[in-house]
This record gives sequence, structure tokens and C-alpha cells, in this order.
Amino acid sequence: MYTEKVMEEFTNPKNVGELADADGFGEVGSPSCGDTMKLYLKVEDDRIVDVRFRTFGCAAAIASSSMATTMIRGMTLAEAWDLSNADVVAALGGLPPAKIHCSVLAEAAIRTAINDYRARRGLSPWKPCSSCSCGGDGCGPHCENG
Amino acid sequence: MNDQAERPVYMDHAATTFIKPEVIAAMAPYFSQYFGNPSSLYRFAGEPRKGVDAAREQVAAALGATPAEVFFCAGGSEADNWAIKGVALANHKRGDHIVTTAIEHHAVLHTCEWLEKHGFSVTYLPVDTFGRVDPGDVEEAITGRTVLISVMTANNEIGTIQPVARIGRIAHDHDVLFHTDAVQAIGAVPIDVESMNIDLLSLSGHKFYGPKGTGALYVRRGTRLENLVHGGGQERGRRAGTENVPGIVGMGKAIELATADIEGHNRRLAAMRDRLIREVLSTIPDSRLNGHPTERLANNANFSFRYVEGESILLMLDARGICASTGSACSSASLEPSHVLLATGLAHEEAHGSLRLTLGDANTEDDVGYVLEVLPEVIGRLRQISPLTPPAGKRVPEAE
Repeated sequence: MYTEKVMEEFTNPKNVGELADADGFGEVGSPSCGDTMKLYLKVEDDRIVDVRFRTFGCAAAIASSSMATTMIRGMTLAEAWDLSNADVVAALGGLPPAKIHCSVLAEAAIRTAINDYRARRGLSPWKPCSSCSCGGDGCGPHCENG
Repeated sequence: MNDQAERPVYMDHAATTFIKPEVIAAMAPYFSQYFGNPSSLYRFAGEPRKGVDAAREQVAAALGATPAEVFFCAGGSEADNWAIKGVALANHKRGDHIVTTAIEHHAVLHTCEWLEKHGFSVTYLPVDTFGRVDPGDVEEAITGRTVLISVMTANNEIGTIQPVARIGRIAHDHDVLFHTDAVQAIGAVPIDVESMNIDLLSLSGHKFYGPKGTGALYVRRGTRLENLVHGGGQERGRRAGTENVPGIVGMGKAIELATADIEGHNRRLAAMRDRLIREVLSTIPDSRLNGHPTERLANNANFSFRYVEGESILLMLDARGICASTGSACSSASLEPSHVLLATGLAHEEAHGSLRLTLGDANTEDDVGYVLEVLPEVIGRLRQISPLTPPAGKRVPEAE
């Protein structure tokens, strides 16, 4: 049911762990729903220089966590913000329809960690384009309206 | 070390079993040599008809029933549907209430829910933390409108054996029909429909080393039951459709083999099961056994491991050549965790972290040893990945 790429990322996930001196931290999901992800970012000059995660969840959740963290390593925060769960799913060679929602976990954790980083620096949080009315203030980096 | 590369360690016999060679041999002539339709009049139909008759005797003998009370159908789900809908519709003038339990198979639960949409009322009895139904609850649930009590003989997920003989006695004391889904129990729990006061019993061939797509419903003589499958006059006019002759013959042989020495079979499997349970609980911290400690199927071990999710456990085991099952939501199409585990009072996260190992005839002590070697590694590895694992790692052994 899973692609070889998913199984490879799941059985040998990259970036597992924590960062004691993280600049940004995001936690999403809930154990009772079956998945939880904690994400740690190290940021230098607006760029993600290190990233770690810990995930409780199914193979799709763990594989998505591994793939998403691998993809955002080296990205600017704006680039990482724009990484969608669809990008992660594509990189995994697809997920079964019932498992697509698992990949949203990583996207949400990344955005939560980025806004945690921004909050620590006194910056207003970015919002997903779908939820912004775009007066230009506090919108995400690549909002079409912004 | 196990040769899992060549042969997976299959510990999912509650899902399905292989077909025994003796069963295949019994079936073989009915695919080509004796392919005739048992309903035909010419002499060529005689052998297939004899095959079906002999299988009916074999099934009846295994249940303590008479052959006239055995009706073949396409499997356990059909048998459950038939028993419940058939009794409800045939007895609608007498009443409209059914008593069942929260841990039944979906073939029973969803059938009851369907009847609720059509004017029947259903009581779903709770179970205790071990998954046992209290016969006192059954008795209290009976009303003047109750037409059927349906309680499974043994649960498919946690293996808990129900006090069906006591429930059957209660049903008959109150003049209510009693159905039991014995799909997981054939060959594991001795059945005698007379002494256990069972009026209807569902069974499925592929759970006891017979072919898939075969099943039977035992119906006590004189029980009012509507037909489910309408059409031709097969099965004495009770269940239409040309008989699956090779399948029926195979199921007959399989049930004969499965019930020849239940005690010896259980002794062998229970020894392996108990070793699994003992060693898993002692080597893996924060693990628990689901189901009843003693009143459980001899082949069933069901665990919950905290901080990890069942589908992940399953696929990690699969990568190491072990076939098992889980009650986690993430492995189900509905994305709901096991209704059975939740009914025993488990929290959602504990139900998510469940693993079912069900032993069978081909399993060896070597298989058990291999699982006991791999499982702690898998749980340890997933706990390294999980953010729920307590810090310091003291309660959790380091993986690898």
C-alpha cells in the first residue's frame, strides 16, 4: 500500500531527535488522534541550518516527517513556509488517499516552528494564505494577495 | 535466526489460516471430476451431492447438532447477517428488541445498526476490562419485546471467551432466541449446541484451515427464521444459490480435523502464547496484555505498547518478516481505533498502540523466539522516534 520511498523513509528516518538550543519549536497533533509531531529548528541568517523531529504516528506520518525535514534543511524560512504537504507527498512518490492527512502534520509543525521563531524575535506571525485578508500585515511570505 | 526471508513468520491466524493439505486433497476431485450441480437429477450429480451431504454431517458432528440443522452459506458475515436479520424479521410480530454486546464483530454490529434504521431497538451491552460480558447484564436487558440475544463465543481481537453457556441458559429461561458468532471459536472452544442452549451459530471455514468463501449457519430445528438470500431451492429452500461444492467439502474436512483434538491443539498453542505474553511483558516496559488473562483463546496474544502507534509496529515487523495485526485507527479504513479495545476501557492512545499476535498450526517455538527477538527492537526503535516516550530513557531500553 505504501511506495518504496515511503517504506525507506519510515524504516530509516532521517533527522530524528531534538535540538536543545533550537531557535524555533513546533508541536502539533494529539496522541488520542493517533499522531503527534515535535519539530526543532536551528536558524542562521534566516536559513534553516539544522532540523530535528520526533513523531508518534503511523508509517505515513513518520515518513512524511523524515522527508519534510530533509527538504527544508538549508531552505530560507520563507521557502520552508511555502513547502506544502503536497510537495512532501510528491517527494514520497504518493500516499494512499486515507493517509494524505498524515502529511499535513509535518506542514503544520514546520509553520508552527517558524512562527515560534518569529515570536521569539518579536515578529508578527505569518498566516496561511487561506486564512488571511491581506492588508499586507502579518501575511505569509508568498501570499498571492500580498 | 529465522529463515524469514524464505517463509514469513505468520502470526495472524485470526485474520485467516492456510488450507491444510488434507483439506485441499479432499476438495480436489470436486473441481473437475465431480463438478456437477448437486441439484441436477442425472446420476452424474450424485457425487457432488454426496460430498455436500457428508460435509453437512461433519459440521453437525462438530457442533453436536443434526445435519438437518446445518445450512451452508458464503462465510461468517453472511451467517451473522442471516441469523440476525432472519430472526428479527420472522419474529417481528412478537417483538422488536435485540440484545448484543459492544465488542461483537462488525458483521453483527452493523447488521444490528441496520435493523435500528428499520424500526428495531438494540441494546449493546458493555464488557469489563477483560472484555467479558456479564450474564447478569444480559438478563437485565431482556424485555417483553426481546426476540434475540447475540453474543460471540470468543472475541476476534482480544480473544476473550464469553460465558455463552450461561447466556444461552438465560435466553431460554426467558424464551428468547440465542445466536452466537463462533467464527473464532471453532477448533478452540468445544461447542455443543444442546447443552449450551444455542439456537443459531455462525461459523467460517477459513478460520479453521478451510477455504475462504465458505461458512455455515446452525439453526435449531423449529427456529423461526426468514431467508436472506432468495432464489433457487438449495439448502432445503433456506438459502438460494448453487452450492460451492469444493468449498463445502473442504470446510467439512477442515472442521472434522479442527475439532478432533481441541484440547491437544489448545495445549500446544497456549504454551507458545503464554511464553509470548510472559516474555513480552517482562522485556518491554510500559506494555500491557489486552483481554482476559485466562479466559482467552489459546492462540491469541494482544498487547498495547505505550508511546508508539500500531500501524508503525506492524510495518516494522513486516519489514522483518513477521505478519501481525493491530487495532490502531491508522490501519483501519474508518480511521477509528478498535471498538473492542475502547469497550474494555482503553484510552485512544493505548488502542492506537495495540498489536495482535494469533498463533496457528504451523507456528513453532522458533517462530516465537524470533518474534521475541525482533519485537523489543521494533518497539525500542519506534520509541526513539516518538515524542511521547518519557525522557532520560530509563524506563525504555535503548534500541539496538
